[in-house]
Amino acid sequence: MSTDISAHIALNRFGYGIRSGDRPPDDARRYLLRQMERFDPKPAAIAAREDVSAKPGEILEMLRRLRRERQRSGGDTAMMDMSMGDEAIPSEVRQSYMSAGRFLRTDIALRTNVAIGSDTPFAERMVHFWANHFSVSAQKPGTHYQVGAHEFDAIRPHVFGRFSDMLRAAVLHPAMLLYLDQFQSVGPSSRFMQFRRRRQQGIGGGPQGLNENLAREIFELHTLGVDGGYSQGDVTEFAKALTGWTVSGIGRIDRFAEDKPNGAAFVAPAHEPGARQIMGRTYRDSGSDQALDVIADLARHPSTARFIAAKLARHFAGDEPPASLVAKLEKDFLATGGDLASLTRTLVEAPESWVAGPVKYRQPFEWLVASLRLCGVDDLDFRRISGALDQLGQLPWRAPSPAGYDDLEGSWAGPDALFRRVELAERLARNVRTDTVLEHAERAFPGALSDHTRTWLARAESGHQALGLLLVSPEMMRR
Amino acid sequence: MTMNLNRRTMLAGSLALSAGLTLPKMAFAQGTGSKKLLFVLLRGAADGMAMAAPIGDPGFAALREANLGDYESAVRADTMFAIHPAFERVGEAYASGDALFVHATATAYRERSHFDGQNMLETGGASPYAARDGWLNRLVGMIAADSGTEPPRALAIAPTMPLALRGDAPASSYAPSALPQASDAFMERVGLLYEGDPQLGALWERALETQAMAGDSDMRNLRDAEAAGELAASLMNGEGAAQIAMIELGGWDTHANQRGAFARAARQLDTLLGAYRKGVGGDWNDTLVVVATEFGRTASLNGTGGTDHGTGGAALLMGGAVKGGRVLADWPGLAPSQLHEGRDLRPTTALESVLAGALAEHMRLDPARAMAQLFPGRSASPSSGLIGV
Repeated sequence: MSTDISAHIALNRFGYGIRSGDRPPDDARRYLLRQMERFDPKPAAIAAREDVSAKPGEILEMLRRLRRERQRSGGDTAMMDMSMGDEAIPSEVRQSYMSAGRFLRTDIALRTNVAIGSDTPFAERMVHFWANHFSVSAQKPGTHYQVGAHEFDAIRPHVFGRFSDMLRAAVLHPAMLLYLDQFQSVGPSSRFMQFRRRRQQGIGGGPQGLNENLAREIFELHTLGVDGGYSQGDVTEFAKALTGWTVSGIGRIDRFAEDKPNGAAFVAPAHEPGARQIMGRTYRDSGSDQALDVIADLARHPSTARFIAAKLARHFAGDEPPASLVAKLEKDFLATGGDLASLTRTLVEAPESWVAGPVKYRQPFEWLVASLRLCGVDDLDFRRISGALDQLGQLPWRAPSPAGYDDLEGSWAGPDALFRRVELAERLARNVRTDTVLEHAERAFPGALSDHTRTWLARAESGHQALGLLLVSPEMMRR
Repeated sequence: MTMNLNRRTMLAGSLALSAGLTLPKMAFAQGTGSKKLLFVLLRGAADGMAMAAPIGDPGFAALREANLGDYESAVRADTMFAIHPAFERVGEAYASGDALFVHATATAYRERSHFDGQNMLETGGASPYAARDGWLNRLVGMIAADSGTEPPRALAIAPTMPLALRGDAPASSYAPSALPQASDAFMERVGLLYEGDPQLGALWERALETQAMAGDSDMRNLRDAEAAGELAASLMNGEGAAQIAMIELGGWDTHANQRGAFARAARQLDTLLGAYRKGVGGDWNDTLVVVATEFGRTASLNGTGGTDHGTGGAALLMGGAVKGGRVLADWPGLAPSQLHEGRDLRPTTALESVLAGALAEHMRLDPARAMAQLFPGRSASPSSGLIGV
């Protein structure tokens, strides 16, 4: 007997699971495609977010001022690297870091609650897929206010738009410029450096030149992939093209700053003059446009198409996705020049995306959002949401590297990680109405609930226990 | 009122109840069974030239001018190298002959991606993604096959399983949790629910074993390096303890303002290693600690007071039997023409040879076979004379 499990796949493989009180969709593909039209890039909760775009500049300026004061009194000059662990941190800095940490936690809760309450959960999954592709992490001073904005302003508007637009917005957003050190990269022959040399300003007094971190990661992680055909020379040249791109509101060079989208800025005197040679193409010196021209070419490069196709297929169709699906996505990306609506449609319409049986182990964020949707809990305190995600090992915007969180089963299916889900599941289930857990389970996994799970849910000692078990059931752990 | 039962007793009880399991017997082959191994992975490419600075090289001062102050009063390892001042306890171990630096070393990886570099360091494969399992996991399998007994207990002190320990041999992971503990009754039911699921069943079984091993802990996370070091030592002590463990430390990707950032990361490592050594106590002579990173960093400071991704770097071996008190290096020099691609410290010693040689000597394995199984496809031979036997 074969059962139609397409509704189950649409809900769980493509979405964040069923929401308490909802019915499974009748037409699974249509249900997904409709979400692309109905998706709201800026729902009310995100629109109501406080404007904190000036904060990173303020924090960096505060740190610079304190550093100058310390230098004058002959103290430690490594102030830009202060962490909460240091004893000697002035209370002004400590206060500022605590406010930043609190703001970050409210953004984490905002992201999570939008997904929990969403009636376009597939679209939210796409947002989080792309946000992880362009991963930014709140670790350096100033970034705590910007990582949420990065997803809300640079990712969400473009998930069904053009890849080139998302790429440009994501890599030139202040969150990325700060995270990957671009904001202080200065052209070695720029007017700024020439001025410094004339003044004989020595070491330790601010940016001294080039930093190639962002250039390398754009090639490796955001576009071409590590074997995409670029060399160390290309990295250095691209880094030079990117010089001048920084965030507004910092340093003495701010008066030369030309405002760019989302709080970024271009400081022409810090830009390395001259044409650049990158992967066999020449980019004339067009100031801030020089980097944009490179980025535009990278966005439609065949290596980029291949890299994105494989990554998207891996996220939805398994750690080892079918080569035929990767080929379809690659072809679509190349044919449309990176139209993400078309790419998403191709993903949904491909039969490879609909194979029976789970193909992926749910990541912690997916599991928590699906659990809270299933329980109908949409009012958890922001501290508890970020605390739970921290304990589960996947705090948004805190990935350990610019590659984002890993998308392979081996990274998540660990003994300790499973134990934590069990601990949290029992706690979550304790405060939820639980008189109809079995019916709930049938609706959550239509056609896909195993007899074994059904049996143990039925035998549970209480409704709370049954719901807890449902949250950690094999059906819930995979999609 | 709740009963104040010890978590260890409770879990061992529920384990036996739910699945009729017995804890695997800890029987080890003569010679190997008492040997402990802790692998410390520094993620993000730790700067070897900051760890053990080649101050005796005439090129060093010009490359690292802004950071020279760090080494003014630092411990001299020998006439060439100075140990970073944050390495207080490592420095003490060096002075007493229990710590060995290997310098100008790298895996066979010659590109500059963290992710591919870590993949090669963890899998032991000859190129990124060539091997699917980790060399530490294969080491567990190799010891079991050689001794004909149960595999040694292997444990990642991390909430998720690092690639180095993934593979066919059994391994577990553990990190302190701040979550409320699940009830005994609930955990028992979870065990029953997972009986029909080989993957979740096996994960759950290992989770219970490791929880029982960890016992009661006040720790809520691994951020306190002192406590993390003590935890690692305690998880490797006594009956049912792990013989092989792995722990990861981040914060080494010092692209900007390296001086403070490196000192902070190095202090964390030093604190962890010091606490671990203290916790291991009398077993120190049977203990080997291996500290490695995916690659080194550029020889010169960049435009933002940091260093970019490079090639050659340093590794550290510690333990009572390590033939320490020296920096092992076939020093390539720092003149522009001596640098790899004109920018990085040139690697002259294969890190795989150091790892295979040290592990084989420590665990009493055949070095050539260890090299072939842990790091297949390499032409280099395993190093020798690293560990006293």
